[in-house]
Amino acid sequence: MITIAALIVLLPFLGAAGGLLLSRVGGGPISARAGVPTRAIWFAILPTAGSALLTVWLAVQAAKGDGTGAFWDSWFPAEASGQLTVVDTGAVPISVGLAVTGLSVLVGILVVVVALGVQVYSVGYLHGDSRYPSYSAFISLFTSAMLLVVYSGDLLVLYVGWEVMGLCSYLLIGHWWEEKANSRSAVKAFLVTRLGDVGFLFGIFTLGMAAKSFRISDILAAQLPTATVVTATLLLLAGVAGKSAQVPLHTWLPDAMAGPTPISALIHAATMVAAGIFIVARLYPLFLAAQPTRDVLAVSAALGMLGAALAALAQDDLKRVLAYSTISQLAYMAAALAAGSDEAAIFHLTTHGAFKALLFLCAGAVIHHVGSNLMSRMGGLRAAMPLTFVTMTIGFAALMGLPPASGFFSKDAVIAAVEHARLTDAAQLLLYASALVTVGVTGAYATRAWLRTFFGPTQVEALPEPEPGTAHVFDGREAPPSMLWPIGILAIPALALGWTSVVELDLGSAAIDLVIALLGAGVVYAFWRSAPTRDPARLLGPFYGPCARAFYLDTVYAMVFVRPVLWLAQGVVHTDATLVDGAVRGSGRATLGLSRFVRLAQNGNAQLYVTGLLAGVLLIAVGAVVLG
Amino acid sequence: MHVVYPAVISALLFSVGVYGVLARRNAILVLMSVELMLNAVNLNLVAFDVWLRDQLHGGQVLTLFVIVIAAAEVGLGLAIVLAVFRTRRTVDVDRLRDLAEPDFPQPSPNGQAKVRESS
Repeated sequence: MITIAALIVLLPFLGAAGGLLLSRVGGGPISARAGVPTRAIWFAILPTAGSALLTVWLAVQAAKGDGTGAFWDSWFPAEASGQLTVVDTGAVPISVGLAVTGLSVLVGILVVVVALGVQVYSVGYLHGDSRYPSYSAFISLFTSAMLLVVYSGDLLVLYVGWEVMGLCSYLLIGHWWEEKANSRSAVKAFLVTRLGDVGFLFGIFTLGMAAKSFRISDILAAQLPTATVVTATLLLLAGVAGKSAQVPLHTWLPDAMAGPTPISALIHAATMVAAGIFIVARLYPLFLAAQPTRDVLAVSAALGMLGAALAALAQDDLKRVLAYSTISQLAYMAAALAAGSDEAAIFHLTTHGAFKALLFLCAGAVIHHVGSNLMSRMGGLRAAMPLTFVTMTIGFAALMGLPPASGFFSKDAVIAAVEHARLTDAAQLLLYASALVTVGVTGAYATRAWLRTFFGPTQVEALPEPEPGTAHVFDGREAPPSMLWPIGILAIPALALGWTSVVELDLGSAAIDLVIALLGAGVVYAFWRSAPTRDPARLLGPFYGPCARAFYLDTVYAMVFVRPVLWLAQGVVHTDATLVDGAVRGSGRATLGLSRFVRLAQNGNAQLYVTGLLAGVLLIAVGAVVLG
Repeated sequence: MHVVYPAVISALLFSVGVYGVLARRNAILVLMSVELMLNAVNLNLVAFDVWLRDQLHGGQVLTLFVIVIAAAEVGLGLAIVLAVFRTRRTVDVDRLRDLAEPDFPQPSPNGQAKVRESS
């Protein structure tokens, strides 16, 4: 079983290495339909497909036997662990090994399914892109890293995968680096997540030093003092907030939408941002023991879910709407974790992974079709893109939490968990109120995006020239089949995953949520109905500006952090140029200046030289006579 | 004849030569002063050869060598003076200063020394 897990992790890695090194060697054929090297397509899809098949096999193996506890433990009760080697560091040893648990199998399935869908979809989306081989290799590398995080049995090995994910995220956001804004977004995502990762690494150190082992099973089994647990979990929380785009480190995610849409679906909606939630669930006994950490998580989640939902309501860029919606939904998962229900969090993670990936892939199809990210340039697309319309409707229904889509069940589980949360009273109240209001706002922004994209008079204009980064000119057709297939397949779990009924449905709370969501949707519909060409976000009134700018948080960060750092950097450059270089140049100048006096003798007059010679001979002669 | 007479004369001759080499400006006169110095040495060689009653007459032989070499040296020196005069229209040694170093090299901001051409 552990060999299978190792193969699952290694296959995409080998695919990435092969794709990077061998895609272009010796020419090779170019696919006529996709306009990219055929070999690169094979390198991209085959390893991921192999991983997916092995994951299914692993799941079948793990499903044998009986288990109790969280739903993943009853689904996949068989556990296994194994280690390749132990790195003796002199202090706490690092065991390079994997561990298969019910949770890893569940998240592993999500990762490979979404990754496979995205690899297939990318073939159509990146039609004729000259950098397709490296792009698909980075996706494979990312898949491998995420699977390493999922199956790792040791915190430091997990951290390796964690950082490689960050690197791949940076590389893929900046895929169209010709445009300055894209590479800036990539750098921003890299730096902000790195800020959290510093805390994450130190959290790992704290846990490892306290438990005398980096193995997750040892750490969970160790009896740690409460102070250590609180410190370590708070530090880990920094990394979780960075990776999972939680307040206050969430600002990179909306900008990360500069990357190609499949990347937004894979990394920035379904998998990488879920890694933070996954880590907390993996180490959940520690977080349960640390009440203050969960209070912090609750406040961050409460602020994040409502703020991001309001920001999503005022965005015009379809992908940014989805990005803010991702932050908001991740905050729901964080809320469930803070409330003490890891089951609800992982359930929502799974359904969200499916329906958000679906939404992004549909958005990609729409953007591919229209040639613009802006909703003000869309409208009336339901006739031209029937399949995308149906699947995206499923996605939006799941996002709003409408039955029978999966989001209804998982969101209800989260809110029921928050209602019965074991937190300090203030944090619990704030979280519960925020969760309920956010349900309404979610209904509003999902309805707005749905109406603005697919209904009303069409605003589509044929672009005169295809711009870099926005696929191509409007041609009035559905997307290619390589894009439609993943969409259609992802629609099934987005619709049906809720019926697995892993968490019992709380009918009372579900009814309240449904009413609030429909209320939000109804208000937007009323505003839209009165003037279909105008943006229903005008219902925000004077709050529109702050919401559209995400409450000026980027501006504040720029003023508080970015500018002082830039000033400091300029100061350092200035000091280097004047002080350090000045010392070097000054010493050179001083030497030259002093040598001027010596050089006075060398004036080119041979007679002077001879005079000096004679004087020297005389001196030696006199000296020899006197002293000798 | 006592050896001190030729020795004094040769010392005087040598001094005149040194003065000429160090102080004259005309290159030809400098060359002539060098000849004076050489001949002062020749005088010494011959005088001490006699004074020491050398059986092999090494001093006189050496004098012959010096005369030959001096002739060659003057030929070469005059040729150089002629060449200098052709190019510079002057044989004033005070104004022949090409042996001096070029002007002070100034370090430029990018660290490479720039050497100004001397006129």
